[in-house]
Amino acid sequence: MIEAKSLCKRYGSFTAVNDLSFTVEAGQVLGFLGPNGAGKSTTMKMLTGFLTPTSGTALINGIDVTENSVAACKHIGYLPEGAPSYGEMTVQQFLAFVARARLIDSREVAGHVAEAVEKLNLSAVLQQPIETLSKGFKRRVGLAQAIIHDPQILILDEPTDGLDPNQKHEVRRLIQDMARDKIIVISTHILEEVEAVCNRIIIISDGKLLADDTPHGLIARSRYHNAVSMVVAGAEKVASALSELPEVASAELRDGELTLFPAGESGLFEAVTAAISANQWEVLALRLEVGRLDEVFRSITRPEATR
Amino acid sequence: MKGVGLNGAINIMRRELTGYFATPVAYVFLVIFLVMTGIFTFYLGSFYERGFADLEPFFRFHPWLYLFLVPAISMRLWAEERRSGTIELLLTLPLTTVDAVLGKFLAAWLFMGLALVLTTPMWVTVNYLGSPDNGVILAGYLGSWLMAGGFLAIGSCMSALTRNQVVAFILGVVICFLFLLSGLPMVMNLFKGWAPQVILDGIAGLSFLKHFADISKGVIDLRDLVYFVLVIGFWLFANVLVLEIKKAE
Repeated sequence: MIEAKSLCKRYGSFTAVNDLSFTVEAGQVLGFLGPNGAGKSTTMKMLTGFLTPTSGTALINGIDVTENSVAACKHIGYLPEGAPSYGEMTVQQFLAFVARARLIDSREVAGHVAEAVEKLNLSAVLQQPIETLSKGFKRRVGLAQAIIHDPQILILDEPTDGLDPNQKHEVRRLIQDMARDKIIVISTHILEEVEAVCNRIIIISDGKLLADDTPHGLIARSRYHNAVSMVVAGAEKVASALSELPEVASAELRDGELTLFPAGESGLFEAVTAAISANQWEVLALRLEVGRLDEVFRSITRPEATR
Repeated sequence: MKGVGLNGAINIMRRELTGYFATPVAYVFLVIFLVMTGIFTFYLGSFYERGFADLEPFFRFHPWLYLFLVPAISMRLWAEERRSGTIELLLTLPLTTVDAVLGKFLAAWLFMGLALVLTTPMWVTVNYLGSPDNGVILAGYLGSWLMAGGFLAIGSCMSALTRNQVVAFILGVVICFLFLLSGLPMVMNLFKGWAPQVILDGIAGLSFLKHFADISKGVIDLRDLVYFVLVIGFWLFANVLVLEIKKAE
């Protein structure tokens, strides 16, 4: 379990993280979302004991990281921002070094290295110096060192940055495979990623917690949630006709697509389809919107910018 | 628990040494060190012309050689980790900061030891030419290695202050220079006349040169050994403090 208790980090007069509290339990994959410079990485650095909080603390499985970072670190696998590694070492040397440092019994080092190499498909580059590898491979080496001791808690700062779509997919599958009995915290600004792997999302901006919800819960906050979009001939006439319906709160016409926003909880889609068949409109496309995470993200992190 | 801590430092040390030899750093350094000791000993030290079978001209220039070569080794110890971000990886492994500092220092110190071992052809030569007092020579090697340790500890601490290796190098040279010269009139004159005698003695007692000279005469005084051990201990402790303070910064 991770318990962040009123974490604060100040650099002079600048507050990077401001009174952040949250708890993460086993089985949760927490996505840390926020604009660049929101304090995501700083928070992760404090959770792993790399930075000492200005005030507040974090407990890792009940161990205070500020008081006993060595014991706390044993429970954590950590991929720091940018996936740093020792470029002059080969993949094999580097992973063996981390495995030994993680206090894996020296007879088990080879086994753990082999397992991590297999999970991240690194066998082809095992004897190559890390600095000669592509960005995608470097990121995977970083992930391999994070999972090498099969930690209960994984903290991954932008795990898929620099990977191609196939590699992204593989890493996400790896995260999902491990998710069942572990705690995984990932930071990212790729929204489709949190939708794909996370079962909980925390949005921070300017160091403050702005939202803590499930992906579904967040999407439901979207003004597009349960809205109906359609492409139809004579859109303007249709729009004014549909605006009369009690289920429709408002109608918007954009790039030839008409979007109708619901007034109540449900019934909009049914009302619209009924109107379509009654009026014999020529509909080319029709869909029920679930909501748009990017729009929710913008409205939460930059409320003044949303119209 | 203690054994566990030592394992951590040894693991770091192994990694560091692998790192040295995976890059040209180690080879360039060793070659330059050997060439420079040769030049100093034979030309400036008049090894042959003196007509004595000893290694005094060899050891005499070590402090000056170390002044520039040791900070060149130590400058990258922490600055490089900070620049590349690996420091975050290193300090979030289940190791204490003491383990990390000790492991890095030991690797660099062993490496300097290797450089010294590679100068043994000098020792063989002098034994071929005459019959030197090998005890004095051994003491010279010990003193030289301890002094290298002192320089390294200073350099390591300076390296932890910055992410810029050039800055680390210059800071290292300056502080090493002060320690080297602290017994010489040039420094002492700054304090003479106003500082009490106790402080003057204290400053004079800090000189690397004096303690090194004492040991390399073949008189291994416990005080000289303790001096170097204390210097190393002090600067490594400062190194740990710098890292801890930077965490909270």
